Amino acid sequence: MKLIDFFKRPRTAPVARERLQILLAHERAVSGKSDLIAILQEEILAVIAKHFPVDSEGIKVKMERGEVVSTLEVEVEIPTPMCPSFPLPAKPTPAEPACAAEAAEAES
Amino acid sequence: MAKVLVVTSGKGGVGKTTSTAALGAALATAGKNVVLVDFDVGLRNLDLVMGAERRVVYDLINVVQGDAKLAQALIRDKRVPTLSLLPASQTRDKDALTDEGVARVIAELKEKFNWVICDSPAGIERGATLAMRHADVAIVVTNPEVSSVRDSDRIIGLLDSKTEKAEKGERVEKHLLITRFDAARAGRGEMLNVEDVLEILSIPLLGIIPESFEVLRASNLGSPITLNNPASAPARAYFDAAKRLNGEALDMTIPSDRKGLFGKLFGRRAA
Repeated sequence: MKLIDFFKRPRTAPVARERLQILLAHERAVSGKSDLIAILQEEILAVIAKHFPVDSEGIKVKMERGEVVSTLEVEVEIPTPMCPSFPLPAKPTPAEPACAAEAAEAES
Repeated sequence: MAKVLVVTSGKGGVGKTTSTAALGAALATAGKNVVLVDFDVGLRNLDLVMGAERRVVYDLINVVQGDAKLAQALIRDKRVPTLSLLPASQTRDKDALTDEGVARVIAELKEKFNWVICDSPAGIERGATLAMRHADVAIVVTNPEVSSVRDSDRIIGLLDSKTEKAEKGERVEKHLLITRFDAARAGRGEMLNVEDVLEILSIPLLGIIPESFEVLRASNLGSPITLNNPASAPARAYFDAAKRLNGEALDMTIPSDRKGLFGKLFGRRAA
């Protein structure tokens, strides 16, 4: 250690500033995102509920952020007897929900 | 037109109560009718900082629950006749505050005063959200220090989402008040400077209150710094901030208590 280091105290404020900028950028993104998802979930549910009796548990909204393209995935479960106009698929796979409306939309 | 102002911060101990008392007294000496409302139920301190702790008979919860009339609970300041205090309860629980009760009391206060200043408790729980609920204007009190800045960012988010104005699609007017600022340390790169904090929080600056032993001296005596020593550096900074709240455009300065050689040699450093 050089003698001068004893007398020169390091500038710590720039470190504080940089740490805060990184942290808050992350925290703001997370809180803003979850808010948007919650709003979307509520509004989509309201639209679908006009036509099908769905409950608030039956809707899943997921957003995945990618480098180039981000995806918004919406999955709504509707009880099968409530959607008679759509025939069942020829070979229904038991793992999947019987009648699920799924939409994926790209967003940059 | 009455304005409801909330003094908030997220983090505790940054100077909300000191700032509420100082700004309230500054606005009142300028001729405005001001009431200070303590929302820190269970941990009230505004009465102590204002020197009115022995005059508390009824409190905010008594009024909210209809056990006392507003006029019975308001304590008029002995030094400035246009300044009043509505203390918080020390014994009751914050759950005793109902949304409707608080709304009714705030509406009643707005009829009697020009400024209704709500001193928020620390944290982001119910007490803090109730204090900001009806605000037209918010002062976010921040120390130039990482945890305070982070909490302020969180509080700004709440002001934009949980207030009555935000829910109506309007905006609460937000101001940043930097307290306990030490220009010398910031200059040496040991403390976040004003530009750093402003850039990170990006809300307009209301004032910079310098770190000063005068603040503790005033609270020891139960007197707002703006009444106890109006010529001191923090008091001048609070007076400027109060003028800006009233819409005056002033240059932003950081007042300082200049010390002579004697003071430099023998004066004790605050902090």
